[in-house]
Amino acid sequence: MGIFHELTVKPWATDQGKVDDLHAGGTSPPAARKLALRVFLAVVAVLFTLLVTAYSGRMAYEDWRPAPQVSLLWANTLVLILSSVALQWAQYSVRRGRIDAMRVGLLAGGTFTVVFLFGQFLAWRQLATMVYFELTNPAIAFFYLITGLHGAHLLGGLVAWGRTVARVWGDFDVAKTRQSVELCTVYWHFLLLVWLVLFGLLFTGNNLDVLLKLCGIR
Amino acid sequence: MDYVAHDASAFAPPAEVDEMELYHPKTFVGKYIWSQDAKVIAIQYAITAIGIGLVALVLSWFMRLQLGFPNSFQFINPSNYLQFVTQHGMIMVIYLLTALFLGGFGNYLIPLMVGARDMVFPYVNMVSYWVYLSAVLLLIASFFVAGGPTGAGWTLYPPQAILQGTPGATWGIILMLVSLALFIIGFTMGGLNYVVTVLQARTRGMTMMRLPLTVWGIFTATILALLAFPALFVSAIMMLLDLTLGTSFFMPALVSMGQQSEHTGGNPLLFQHLFWFFGHPEVYIVALPAFGIVSDLLSVHARKNIFGYRMMVWAIVAIGGLSFLVWAHHMYVSGMNPYFGFFFATTTLIIAIPTALKVYNWVLTLWHGNIRLTVPMLFAIGFIFAFIHGGLTGLFLGNVTVSVPLSDTMFVVAHFHMVMAVAPIMVVFGAIYHWYPKITGRMLNDTLGKFHFWVTFLGTYAVYLPMHYLGFLGVPRRYYAVGGTDFIPASAQSLNAGITIAALIAGAVQAVFLYNLVWSYFKGKPAGGNPWNATTLEWQTPDTPPKHGNFGPTLPSVYRWAYDYSVPGAEQDFIPQNVPAREVARSGTKT
Repeated sequence: MGIFHELTVKPWATDQGKVDDLHAGGTSPPAARKLALRVFLAVVAVLFTLLVTAYSGRMAYEDWRPAPQVSLLWANTLVLILSSVALQWAQYSVRRGRIDAMRVGLLAGGTFTVVFLFGQFLAWRQLATMVYFELTNPAIAFFYLITGLHGAHLLGGLVAWGRTVARVWGDFDVAKTRQSVELCTVYWHFLLLVWLVLFGLLFTGNNLDVLLKLCGIR
Repeated sequence: MDYVAHDASAFAPPAEVDEMELYHPKTFVGKYIWSQDAKVIAIQYAITAIGIGLVALVLSWFMRLQLGFPNSFQFINPSNYLQFVTQHGMIMVIYLLTALFLGGFGNYLIPLMVGARDMVFPYVNMVSYWVYLSAVLLLIASFFVAGGPTGAGWTLYPPQAILQGTPGATWGIILMLVSLALFIIGFTMGGLNYVVTVLQARTRGMTMMRLPLTVWGIFTATILALLAFPALFVSAIMMLLDLTLGTSFFMPALVSMGQQSEHTGGNPLLFQHLFWFFGHPEVYIVALPAFGIVSDLLSVHARKNIFGYRMMVWAIVAIGGLSFLVWAHHMYVSGMNPYFGFFFATTTLIIAIPTALKVYNWVLTLWHGNIRLTVPMLFAIGFIFAFIHGGLTGLFLGNVTVSVPLSDTMFVVAHFHMVMAVAPIMVVFGAIYHWYPKITGRMLNDTLGKFHFWVTFLGTYAVYLPMHYLGFLGVPRRYYAVGGTDFIPASAQSLNAGITIAALIAGAVQAVFLYNLVWSYFKGKPAGGNPWNATTLEWQTPDTPPKHGNFGPTLPSVYRWAYDYSVPGAEQDFIPQNVPAREVARSGTKT
């Protein structure tokens, strides 16, 4: 039943009661976990949307000084794409019962993520040694804040990933693991998407016009 | 014609889906300290929130003592006056009301009202409370660090919030910001639980449009909070970085205490936008649960179905959506494009439509009802008064041209206390008197309750009604002393003294309430399972107080909406949600 239909029923009416009685009810843990992840992703989406909006709002001022470019971010982006691909492979494998391939995909996904985080750390170091580095420059401070928050979300994901990896050796419940792998994959794809938006809009040069158009300011 | 709910064929067998696995603790610590039972967590939330709320109440007394009897008390100086103002506001709005409505009532009522054994993620739920408690402890710690807690005002506007000269600008503000960030992390854990439980764990037959309005209010408020708190989270982190690492998100280049600061290029307005993007929905995060709960109180104690159930649900959802489009009405004097002012004034006034619709429906629910003036009902009616009052002054302040001269005056203080302090707290009290019998198995003392109501209701009115007039006179808010100001007549001081006396009385009477809570727990009249003859599922549990798992061996099935009161043809004046049509006792005469 669609949300609009559901909101327009008349629960006090006799006929409607017969339909309502058919609601099966009950708790289904897999569905609950999936929904919880979606709700959480909505919260994370709001967080990063606000940061992008704040960044673009600040960019519109005349005294804006763009942050120096850090070319390492391109390599990091590639590594994060690889981690997402690896988790997609793990999901594909577990759905077809190929447990060994799933393990490889999972481990590769985690490893690429750790490499990405290390790469981001190196990017921080690189920026800090540049001539134009100045923490009072909002562009630079935003760079550290946004990449830091994105990295923190990946670190949180690694905790869930670690719990999943710990479960896939010896005898284990494939159905439960399958869901964990699926949830990890969705989370990684989402954070990759967030990163591509952040990287593309904020850290690849001066995209002020695009941003202002997106925000409806220009 | 038979009006008794649905016909007998509409019988649904008990749920056949898998039961959720519950964690069954065996030790006292497992049951009552590290508890994963939503009901225990709810009580933990409630006790913590009320405890810290009492601190905020005492702080408000200190403020009022200074305003009513200036310079009569040695321990109040301009610096700690600002700290009292700030901490009172922050604690009341976030650590008391948000935590109590969502963490307290949400945890207790959602699983019981939707017919679930517990929240869907009990462990996360438990962690949520302990993170909240840590946030509260950090807040308390800020009272004991060098410089004391922050005195920047509850809005924490930079640049002054983190500049030397503002009370608590070193450690106080750091603890405040970290505490807020922790609160938000804890809330997010709880909030995910509330939303998913409502959407996924409703029992058989409990469709969304059969949910009691209490659940709709808490559910929608939780969604608002989940989407609004990130704005406060990022602004807290950004301000923390401005303070500790010297970044310039919010801090512009400025000269402070004769010295050029190291900051350049920050934008203080950015903080205001972020803060109010959270801050305005926050008003509804507190108000929507109150709206939901009061609807149920009115319906139960007037023995009548809620008037316009669907409209009430739509209004809750519409108010929730609109609340994200009005934030800049808090910033009319901050400097903005006049077209923005026009836009935000318009959206603000549009919110009045669904809100007024709810008020009409509450009044129409009472109309021709079989009203029982129980203590919960008195508080519910008190809420309607306070809310209409605060809502109407909101129309004044929503208009830019009226709002600008009234900005930062006592009129604003009177308005938001009416709408966001007195109104919700009336509902909090009403709800506690209403559900206390289910939580403890005993009734609260009625005489003490009525005394508590009348002194609180009249006392708060005596505080905030005259305060509007102070605002009209131009008496500014947040000032330790107004000094020799020509446009403020001497009589304003007499009014202030009267307000202070009323505030002291209205605050002191809360001791009667606390005494009643404790006394009734041991000596109160046994309540039985359903003392108010209510229809919703929490009153149909096999045990009172409900045991872990809530509903005994089988979950209830739901056959009707939550408002079958005084149904023509039915023998009793209420039909619980879990009673099928064939089991409804009919009176001899059918209409």
